[in-house]
Amino acid sequence: MAGAKEIRTKIKSIANTRKITKAMEMVAASKMRKAQERMQSSRPYADRIRRVVTHLAYAHTEYVHPYLVQREARRVGLILVSTDRGLCGGLNVNLFKAVLGRMQEWQQAGLEVDLAVFGSKGSQFFRRLSGNLVAQATHLGDAPGVHELIGTVKTMLDAYQEGRLDRLYLGYNRFVNTMTQRPSIERLLPVATEASEEERKILAHHWDYLYEPDSRPVIDALLTRYIESLVYQGVVENVACEMAARMVAMKSASDNAASLIDELQLAYNKARQAAITQEISEIVGGAAAV
Amino acid sequence: MAMTIHIDIVSAEAEVFSGTATMVFAPAEMGELGILPRHTPLLTRLVPGEVRVQRDDGREESFYVSGGILEVQPHVVTVLSDTAQRAEDLDEAVAMAARERAEKALSDAHSAMDQAQAQAQLAQAVAQLRVLERLRKRRR
Repeated sequence: MAGAKEIRTKIKSIANTRKITKAMEMVAASKMRKAQERMQSSRPYADRIRRVVTHLAYAHTEYVHPYLVQREARRVGLILVSTDRGLCGGLNVNLFKAVLGRMQEWQQAGLEVDLAVFGSKGSQFFRRLSGNLVAQATHLGDAPGVHELIGTVKTMLDAYQEGRLDRLYLGYNRFVNTMTQRPSIERLLPVATEASEEERKILAHHWDYLYEPDSRPVIDALLTRYIESLVYQGVVENVACEMAARMVAMKSASDNAASLIDELQLAYNKARQAAITQEISEIVGGAAAV
Repeated sequence: MAMTIHIDIVSAEAEVFSGTATMVFAPAEMGELGILPRHTPLLTRLVPGEVRVQRDDGREESFYVSGGILEVQPHVVTVLSDTAQRAEDLDEAVAMAARERAEKALSDAHSAMDQAQAQAQLAQAVAQLRVLERLRKRRR
């Protein structure tokens, strides 16, 4: 009966694991809904500010902001958004793979790479790789606020403004739907915006804004806010991705646990039956000997 | 038909208003601005205060913004605010409490940083109360 007992303990422990994964799945599902709402509600701001910056890029401003100027690239900055916690399938790994691929391209082209990382998974990974980590922020929680991101973003923006960086990219997971999250790397600086065909016609002539009080502080404020809002959008989207990926990963873990339990149950029944049969045959054998 | 201008008011959290207007008033850094259709392009920062939108049917809508950036194109006005609310949704009790808190923080402030922050909060609370005040006057 020893085999049966072992199997029974195993079944019990798997059932406990399933309870945990099931609970995590449900928590992730409800958090994902909230994260998706946040993602959607921050979109109008991002869209509008992108439109304004597009206009600005076409204006013939007297003060040309460094964010709008293409410089020869020598050093590249990358802001990477990762999760704080694991158990979310291949979400982080896929993103890191994409980022490493891109970093290799840059290094082959003779560019150096500086990293700023959100989320402890990313900072652990790139510290182990001895990547050039210049800033990081971890444990932002499920509802990160813009003010929590500003410090890290500012480090990179300052580096760009002082000429230590010539390009700035943002790497994060784009939320396509619950099943699909796509790693994406976008350029933040210099600002790359494209106006639509008809807008370009309107903006084509030579014009400039009126500024109050002065062009410099206004454009500075606008562009800084623009980058912050893009990074915020990326972070919020990454949270939604994390929750979706975790939900899917935990669902498949629960399913696997269920099928494992089924298999073990069958093995247990067989072992129990064999033990009973053996016992009976022993009794019968003993009775015949008497 | 009167000429109209499209206006979008967004905050970091949500789209607050989007529609057409005959005239828009906004609290710019250098004083209040009145914007009519075909205004020349303009870019300015906003201070805490009231954005008023005169609709083409003569109604007037009022919004509180806590600061941000205003962009004017001849046919589009964009208000990128940090936080924005319809004036009717403002809560007078909350604004009063915020003002008291800010005043207290201002008197207790030790560093310049604290003081600047308290001042900004005070300005926002006072602006909210002023918006409410004006709203009440117009209702009468």
